[in-house]
Amino acid sequence: MNGKKYDVASDPGTPLLWVLRDELQLTATKYGCGIGQCGACTVLVDGTAVRSCVRAVSTVAGKEITTLEGLSAGGLHPVQAAWIAENVPQCGYCQPGQIMQAVSLLKKIPEPTDADIDAAMNGNICRCGTYQRIRKAIHAAAAMGPEGKR
Amino acid sequence: MTGRGPRPASPLLTARGGTGARGAAGAGTTPAPFALNPFVGIAADGTVALTLPKSEMGQGVYTGLAMLIAEELGCAWESVVVETAPVDERYNHTLRPIMNTGGSTSTWTEWDRLSRAGASAREMLVAAAAKAWKADPEKCRAENGRVVSTDGRSLPFGELAEAASQLAPPKEVRLRAPSAWTVLGRPRASIDTPAKVEGTARYGIDYTEPGMLTAVIARPPVFGAQLVSFDTEKAKAVPGVRDIIAVPAGVAVIADGFFPAEKGRRLLKIRWDEGAGSAVSTDAMREEYRKLAATPGAVARLEGDPAGAFAGAATKLTAEYEVPFLAHAPMEPLNAAVIAKDGSADIWLGTQSQTRDRNMAAAAFGLPPEKVRVHTLFLGGGFGRRANPVADFATQAAGVAKAAGKPVRVVWSREDDTRGGFYRPMWFDRICAGLDRDRNLVAWQHTIVGQSIMAGTPMAAFMVQGGIDETSVEGARELPYAVPNIRVDLHTTTSPVTVQWWRSVGHSHTAFVVESFLDEVAHAAGKDPLALRMELLQDMPRHRGVVGLAAEKAGWGTPLPPGRARGIAVAESFGSFVAQVAEVSVSPAGEVKVHRVVCAIDCGRYVNPDGITAQMEGGIVFGLSAALHGEITLKDGKVVQSNFHNYPVLRMAEMPEVEVHIVQNSEKPGGVGEPGVPPIAPAVCNAIFALTGKRIRKLPVRPEVLKAA
Repeated sequence: MNGKKYDVASDPGTPLLWVLRDELQLTATKYGCGIGQCGACTVLVDGTAVRSCVRAVSTVAGKEITTLEGLSAGGLHPVQAAWIAENVPQCGYCQPGQIMQAVSLLKKIPEPTDADIDAAMNGNICRCGTYQRIRKAIHAAAAMGPEGKR
Repeated sequence: MTGRGPRPASPLLTARGGTGARGAAGAGTTPAPFALNPFVGIAADGTVALTLPKSEMGQGVYTGLAMLIAEELGCAWESVVVETAPVDERYNHTLRPIMNTGGSTSTWTEWDRLSRAGASAREMLVAAAAKAWKADPEKCRAENGRVVSTDGRSLPFGELAEAASQLAPPKEVRLRAPSAWTVLGRPRASIDTPAKVEGTARYGIDYTEPGMLTAVIARPPVFGAQLVSFDTEKAKAVPGVRDIIAVPAGVAVIADGFFPAEKGRRLLKIRWDEGAGSAVSTDAMREEYRKLAATPGAVARLEGDPAGAFAGAATKLTAEYEVPFLAHAPMEPLNAAVIAKDGSADIWLGTQSQTRDRNMAAAAFGLPPEKVRVHTLFLGGGFGRRANPVADFATQAAGVAKAAGKPVRVVWSREDDTRGGFYRPMWFDRICAGLDRDRNLVAWQHTIVGQSIMAGTPMAAFMVQGGIDETSVEGARELPYAVPNIRVDLHTTTSPVTVQWWRSVGHSHTAFVVESFLDEVAHAAGKDPLALRMELLQDMPRHRGVVGLAAEKAGWGTPLPPGRARGIAVAESFGSFVAQVAEVSVSPAGEVKVHRVVCAIDCGRYVNPDGITAQMEGGIVFGLSAALHGEITLKDGKVVQSNFHNYPVLRMAEMPEVEVHIVQNSEKPGGVGEPGVPPIAPAVCNAIFALTGKRIRKLPVRPEVLKAA
């Protein structure tokens, strides 16, 4: 995870979210609903967005996991840079999940349309209402080109 | 700056440290600042450490308040770090005897105090420099984090801070003239954005310490139910569950982490005495409210002879409107972490109401209030819920920590949060209008039925007068339209369901009723809804200003693609005026799509236009969530909804294009956190009527009502 190997002794049925937050103290990944409805807990597993609140830790053994802490580790990812440029967050609580979901989207579709954004981001709730800025930030990140160019 | 004991965990200072150091407030990253006054400290390295009397819940208050200080102080913005103050009378709300963030009051109530704090600190830095240079202070000024003199000398704030902190604050300070402002009135990105994007921002739910356990509470399934007995056998067998104990709020399952606690809770067997609460249902309440609405209530406003004018009217309109209970549903479920030892306690949480939380948690512990310290972290949304009148989330956590005798954080699940009560009240309104032969609006009678959010709270003494809770009638009583005969009255009901202020408070309901019904009047009079508003707002220039601006920018009256229509609404709330034009379509299945919202706000003189725009965007989304989806219902005393699958909120694919226009003037500043909410529901419903001829009088908008026949 985030480029490091971790051994955890959790109950295999424990959702990845709680292993991250309660055992590894990686708290950027948030709890919002616990049933995969809100996306606050989104992380990347082998490059794809998953809801860590409903993903048992036993199913991610040996896989590459990236959390927001890991995304930030090598400097700002273009998605983060765009998020800052568009001043997206309000309360900010959902933003780690939004950012990881957007990273996953751009890996699959480097230049997404509004419809692609609607489809990919619809599972990530923001109660503060930052959706319009998220949309702009995703387009802006796409315009920065693939992440390899950063 | 913070005295003895654990320093308040500073979300931003900690974020700057980037180490995840717990509760250390960035120790090791910034030297301790020298306090120039309760709000402004400056460290030797030049860091400007602001101690703000407000909580940051996404409303941008850290940024706006820091801008007020920075404008006067003359510091470099990049040097500013902020934290929320501890509980101390010096940080009380300027209008309330407690520390509190709410009512869209932060900017306008702090404008003077924090501007003066910035100016006072500036004068002290200037005086310190002048003293060092043996120069005339009049020939020195502060800019960009330095004091400079007319003869070219200059010293950075950091080098002056210690000497300045030993000077007496000036008795009088001169504030900069608006024409000289370089910070205020210009767009600025939120000071907390980098921490929130990098993942270093810390919220209440993120707080822990070595050895701290996590608890969930099994709460009564029905409002007012009492615990009879509980069987812990299966729950205790869950690995990681440490203890299961009866607490004032219910039964607490204390574990190594959230997951085992939650798993244990599911295996508890609890018997409750549900009491009278099990008879509560929102269907029955609605019928009771409907009957009450047909009778006169306590009079909130009476002008002319509305009954006589209605009786003699040539055209009469009568309608019933209703809105449901609503949960706040902040993204971060409620929580609080507590450590009690040696006759004192520390609480870490995201709260809008520090003093009340402290006092009530202290009472739960049996400690004097001054022995309890409150440490405010970021709030993952508040919307009013985190200013609880009985300090429920702080007090419950204190109750668990006391019973367990251990450091513990109590985390609410989403289900706990959704079912935990303290909702926006359910309301039922009956409203009548009379038009004369020339189609002039001559009579307006509005009867409101619902629970008081203030009754039983410390605010009741001044918020409930003559049987009228101000917040039950706000927005309806102040009907801005020129009508010669008006009556607004109120029936205050009671129920076991707990209620509370919810973003925009009474306006969340009254704007929907008043602005929808005015639209009904316009159609009955054969007048354009915009034209009727402008006609009846003749003496209300700020209302007219935003209505006219929103209509112009939205292209009111210009053609739209087939299948779309516009609706307009306006509301004054929290000292600001907001009009919105919504452009909608309705699918054959009856689903409403809001394509575009044009919003005009007049909030007087303002601090940060980007913050205002963000709050309008957010208010519109919050209001749309309620208008299109939000509803809490009760059956047999139990809340039916539990999580985002059955308490849906607006999502990305439903997001309209939002355009915000800010009126430029120098009026007294108003609030912006809440005023974006009230107009959106009526603007959308008025557009639905324009498109379909169907009048929506009950929220949320149900697709089955709009389904094509």
